[in-house]
Amino acid sequence: MLVEQIMNTSVPSLTPEHTINDALKLLKEKKIRHLPIINENRQVLGVVTDRDLKEATPSTLQNISDPEIYNRSLEEIMTKNPITGHPLDFVEETASIFYDNRIGCLPIVSHGKLVGMITESDLLYKFIELTGVHQPGSQIEIRVPNKPGVLFDVSKVFHDQKVNVLSVLVYPDKDLSDYKILVLRVKTMNPLELIKTIRAEGYEVLWPNHPGHGL
Amino acid sequence: MKNAIFVFSEDQLGYKFSETHPFNQKRLTLTVDLLRELNALSLSEIVAPRVATDEELLLVHDANYIEMVKEASKTNADSTKYESYGIGTEDTPIFPDMHEASASLVGGTLTAVDYVMEGKSTHAVNLGGGLHHGFKGRASGFCIYNDSSVAIKYMQEKYNARVLYIDTDAHHGDGVQWSFYDDPNVCTISIHETGRYLFPGTGNITERGTGEGYGTSFNFPIDAFTEDESFLDIYRTSFREIVEAFKPDVILSQNGADAHYFDPLTHLYGTMKIYQEIPRLAHELAHEFCDGKWIAVGGGGYDIWRVVPRAWSYVWMEMNDIPYPEGKLPKNWLDRWSKESPVPLIPTWLDPNPLYDAIPRKEEITEKNKQMLEKALYQLRNQQAFKKLQ
Repeated sequence: MLVEQIMNTSVPSLTPEHTINDALKLLKEKKIRHLPIINENRQVLGVVTDRDLKEATPSTLQNISDPEIYNRSLEEIMTKNPITGHPLDFVEETASIFYDNRIGCLPIVSHGKLVGMITESDLLYKFIELTGVHQPGSQIEIRVPNKPGVLFDVSKVFHDQKVNVLSVLVYPDKDLSDYKILVLRVKTMNPLELIKTIRAEGYEVLWPNHPGHGL
Repeated sequence: MKNAIFVFSEDQLGYKFSETHPFNQKRLTLTVDLLRELNALSLSEIVAPRVATDEELLLVHDANYIEMVKEASKTNADSTKYESYGIGTEDTPIFPDMHEASASLVGGTLTAVDYVMEGKSTHAVNLGGGLHHGFKGRASGFCIYNDSSVAIKYMQEKYNARVLYIDTDAHHGDGVQWSFYDDPNVCTISIHETGRYLFPGTGNITERGTGEGYGTSFNFPIDAFTEDESFLDIYRTSFREIVEAFKPDVILSQNGADAHYFDPLTHLYGTMKIYQEIPRLAHELAHEFCDGKWIAVGGGGYDIWRVVPRAWSYVWMEMNDIPYPEGKLPKNWLDRWSKESPVPLIPTWLDPNPLYDAIPRKEEITEKNKQMLEKALYQLRNQQAFKKLQ
């Protein structure tokens, strides 16, 4: 699964010249916690989070009123040169970037311009659909009709060819509601025979799918 | 001192799982025959491989694993007993004299190493080696013993060498990487198709080594459908920058030839152009940084008719500064093998152009690979910039 399939493409954003007050209003209005800060070319210059804003403003428990603070520019509080991602990045790799860097959002950049955004919550939701890679294996994706017994039919092929299945994931087909996608990790470097047999059984192998391949 | 030796004997063909298995050492015969037909390889340059001793295999492999391989080679025992060692599986079936054949491939790489490290030749090649998936105690991905891991450890112990390993097989060089993951004196580089779908699945840029070896493992996973230009951009940039920083005594290159468009097991879109350039840079860097010390091994390569013989001939020709031939392949070679080949042979050195329909997402794949390269080299570049400041 690619980042472009799960990223938010209509991303509320501000410029470094906007004020803390502008940011607070926008976060509240959109019910979000992260804002990319961009220039007129949609180039990402920084990120402002709800925590940055909280740190910059007085505590609500203290009786301090300093309206000037709310007019300071985002330039002063934003995290500059934030980590960014690409629409073709894989979702699970992106997840490890979040984990390693302890970040909460990732602006997605293509051709130098902001094209989307992913947050921790988006990832967590999608990540449930993916599998981890612990042992050497190949991955096969098969589109199957959503009816009883299909998993048995498919796994019979693996049984007959004595190939060990490392993991199986089933998720609904986005395009065809009567179908499901099976994602299998199998312990082999040569899935060609498996794929041939699965195709012969009438199932569509979505990957590996090598258009115009010779052999 | 000789310029280069070519390790080969018919014995290397004994590493054979079955008639239909994709790993087929017939490609060695085809390559040697092509080079002989070109008058590029003389009999005096061919050196027979020795067989690795148990002691040498133990440099990397577990004693009980070696015992299991020996036992499985001899008896027609129930294969389920060996499955937890990765042998007797569909990928790595048991075959007669499996231990001897595997130890001979390791010995071939050790022969190559001794020639180079003892100063008997500047370069050496063992195309029967490159079995980079072999683990300490387990066979994996058609590989029983890991000749490159054993050879690297051997070079450390016997010659106290600082080794750089570069792997351009389309599959991640996992076995070699994990053998030296915590060793700061061995640098492993692997450029491979992303493990998202392809075996073995590892080789992410975040795998950088551990403990003292942190920062000496490099991975460059490229997207399926990556073409020549992008592949070579990653290869040239990463290889040179890492060699400059690591300063090895010797370069060991794994020359798997399965990143080609024709390869049935992978999904990269390389052509012969990458196989011209891969040995060229290894050769250049070996002379620039290692007094020429360069050992090349084979690896994957599952289109044994149309891809491997041409690709591996370039390795030997580059090693000997023989200008790459242009135009047609030798007629005798084509005539000799075209009947046996299940696919029409490519009659020329370069592939037909175009070889395939244009890739719709070429630009994005190139951009993504480029971004991956920057991320993978980010820490190294920072360190280098810091060193310059000091």
